[in-house]
Amino acid sequence: MKEQVENEMKVEFLSKSANEAFARITIAAFASQLDPTIEELADIKTAVSEAVTNCIIHGYENRIGIVKMEASLKENEILIEISDHGKGIENIEMAKEPLYTTKPNLERSGMGFTIMESFMDSVNVESVVGLGTKITMRKEIKKPEEEKESDSFQFITNE
Amino acid sequence: MQTKFYEKDKLLLVKMTEEIDDNSVQKIRRRVDYEIERHMPKRVVFDFNSVTFMDSAGIGFIIGRYKFVTMLGGKLELANLTQSVRKIFEMSGILKLIPVTDFSETLVS
Repeated sequence: MKEQVENEMKVEFLSKSANEAFARITIAAFASQLDPTIEELADIKTAVSEAVTNCIIHGYENRIGIVKMEASLKENEILIEISDHGKGIENIEMAKEPLYTTKPNLERSGMGFTIMESFMDSVNVESVVGLGTKITMRKEIKKPEEEKESDSFQFITNE
Repeated sequence: MQTKFYEKDKLLLVKMTEEIDDNSVQKIRRRVDYEIERHMPKRVVFDFNSVTFMDSAGIGFIIGRYKFVTMLGGKLELANLTQSVRKIFEMSGILKLIPVTDFSETLVS
């Protein structure tokens, strides 16, 4: 029987692109308390990397500001909030469209929101032009008994 | 990131960095373009063998190099994609344009 996890964390960091790696390593360390699979962990890291990159490139447009990342664990779910006080998004629906980007000159692919939405169970975007953007994402981590692969792995290691 | 040029085959091999994101792509983009311009390769192989993380910055990077190499008359290949890297490229649709191979250095002179 798995132990019930309840926990919260909050970090703030400067909007420097070196902190994209910091943010995803931090969230991976925190999320590992739910005992996710390697694939689930990779999905979470990628979604966080996209959200934080958006804050840095689009929110602050490479000016220095503060990016805030909050996360909580409850039962088998991780909730992640990533926010900035940057310029905000004028048209959220358009921003979410695959391949849509306001910065093609920077070789941005326009796939950020598409990746967040397909790797997480839900993604919510709140934004006010001139005030900033907040992204809230959830993902359920499957219980070990639903994962047949990990069961067989345990069997092998016990031998 | 490391690059290697095979003169006889006019092949430029680009071994991608372990973590591909907006930060690392900014650092390697100019170096890769410089190598492409210098050698004018017929084939450019991007090897993802040692890549442990990639987000959408990798898609933008490859699309950018695809345009550049194609303009110069060369061809692009993506080699040794890990499962997570493939998942991200598949989402973007660029695998319809760029062939995926299991390139190995033992195959070239």
